[in-house]
Amino acid sequence: MHMLSQFNRKTICIISSALLLALLPMLATLAGEPYLVSLFSRILIYALAAASLDLILGYGGLVSLGHAAFFGIGAYTVGILAHHDFEETALISWPLFIPGSDSGLVAWPVAILVSALLAAIIGALSLRTRGMHFIMITLAFAQMLFFFFVSLEGYGGDDGLTLFSRNTLPGLDLGDDVQFYYVCLALLGAFLFLAGRLVESRFGMVIRGCRESEKRMQSLGFPTFRYKLLCFVIAGGAAGLAGALIANQVEYVSPGLMHWTRSAIILVMVLLGGSGTLYGPVLGAAAFLLLEEVLSIYTEHWMVYFGPVMILVVLFARHGLFGILVGKENRHG
Amino acid sequence: MLKVEQIETFYGSSQALFGVSLKVRAGEVVTLLGRNGMGKSTTIKSIMGLTQVTRGRITFNDIEIHHLPSYQVARQGLGLVPEGRQIFPNLTVLENIMVGAANRGGREEPYTLDEVLEIFPRLAERLKNYGNQLSGGEQQMLAVVRALMTTPKLLILDEATEGLAPLVRKEIWYGLSVLKARGQSILVIDKNLDALMKLADRHYVMERGAVVWSGETDELADNEELKARYLGV
Ligand SMILES: Nc1ncnc2c1ncn2[C@@H]1O[C@H](COP(=O)(O)OP(=O)(O)OP(=O)(O)O)[C@@H](O)[C@H]1O
Ligand SMILES: [Mg+2]
Repeated sequence: MHMLSQFNRKTICIISSALLLALLPMLATLAGEPYLVSLFSRILIYALAAASLDLILGYGGLVSLGHAAFFGIGAYTVGILAHHDFEETALISWPLFIPGSDSGLVAWPVAILVSALLAAIIGALSLRTRGMHFIMITLAFAQMLFFFFVSLEGYGGDDGLTLFSRNTLPGLDLGDDVQFYYVCLALLGAFLFLAGRLVESRFGMVIRGCRESEKRMQSLGFPTFRYKLLCFVIAGGAAGLAGALIANQVEYVSPGLMHWTRSAIILVMVLLGGSGTLYGPVLGAAAFLLLEEVLSIYTEHWMVYFGPVMILVVLFARHGLFGILVGKENRHG
Repeated sequence: MLKVEQIETFYGSSQALFGVSLKVRAGEVVTLLGRNGMGKSTTIKSIMGLTQVTRGRITFNDIEIHHLPSYQVARQGLGLVPEGRQIFPNLTVLENIMVGAANRGGREEPYTLDEVLEIFPRLAERLKNYGNQLSGGEQQMLAVVRALMTTPKLLILDEATEGLAPLVRKEIWYGLSVLKARGQSILVIDKNLDALMKLADRHYVMERGAVVWSGETDELADNEELKARYLGV
């Protein structure tokens, strides 16, 4: 009976949030606040980035302070492809001519691939370490990338790149904020569904086992490094997709997207919402960005007020806002 | 099947094993005895590839395993029930069991879930619980079952009954005797000499990182001096 009521509590929370999100553009229109649609698009995009970090943080137990690197690379992929498309110059001219593209069907998968590849490289070098070392190495890679793009004059350097327009998708007009919102919602929904299946699968079992003891997992015959690397790559790819979306939303990319403070913000979203829950980070992203929105009306030092809230939640609710919402028995997956 | 020859193992700069040799043949139950801190667990960890062996040789069915990473050692068919209650607290009991079943590197006839649950029936009622909701004894049984699900050719247990109530211990010893009757080879570390004498075929006694005596159960039973000197009984 107890189990049942908690099961319901989680399901009810998820279904009602999904419903709320699905109806949001309509509600925003009714309320006469259409700008809410783009605020919530931003929330959905950060939710995707945070949920992807949760795969390695919450399930794999690996605290990465470099997740924004993948977010930024995804965004730059879109930006650079669009730049070459607009200028009608070659992305690569030798050995074969590859032009830019403003199609989402091209740019988004490429963004996922590029950031997944980057994650494979960073993961291969950092996943042999753990704890503090892992935090520092992921941070260092992300900062290297940040400075690389700062110095990349061809693509705007410090100033970044402005997109001429959002990407195209067949049958859709992404320039329309409502349509763009639903694309973000669909992609986040798809990711949460797939990631939910993943963490329940054998693969997820191994990853969750590694968080508790990697050695134990190895003595059961699992090559844990490969599992963790694959998990890191999946998380990186998803963050890259989030980056591709943010580039579209603001129609602008800059090195700031991969600054370590951005990684920290994504990390805070996961912790605030509840790590190891997948849905928690969505809640965390919403809470963070909404609080930022509200508090920054009153003060530009909104972080001063947000900090204590954050500390209280992390200290007193080990599974974050999501844990408070659904009860502790049901936070898993 | 398992042959450990003159292995030496260090923790940092302090040497823990000074040339340990032992053998386990197919179908045998062999024990590793000795007081606290004599190197029993270190020997097991060295076999499993969890600590590096600096000298000596370990083979399993004639394959050298002392250079393999531990996951490959496990896949050769060695199943470990580690010291302490090392189950996965945040996986369910069923997940803990199935995590073992995912790598069936070993025996021809794998144990099925039903079979192992028949040997340790207590777990059958708790499949949906999380590991950290189990009692100590149940956790220990779960660790044994998890190792069994890898269908090991050799099952290794490090202090599987430590700190458990007598009744629960009995259940575990009973489970091991069932396994032995099925022809399971077992290498076991335990402080409960009486139970071991009933179960095991041969014994190795360790003292300060070396094997100081080995022999069969009858010989050990009659050797009061040995028991007093090295095992403190
Ligand atoms: N991780 C470690 N780092 C350093 N020294 C260690 C470590 N583990 C064990 N030792 C040392 O190695 C020696 C052998 O320890 P080991 O755990 O193998 O003994 P044991 O026979 O299993 O003892 P027990 O019956 O208490 O489990 C001890 O002196 C111990 O202090
Ligand atoms: Mg020991």
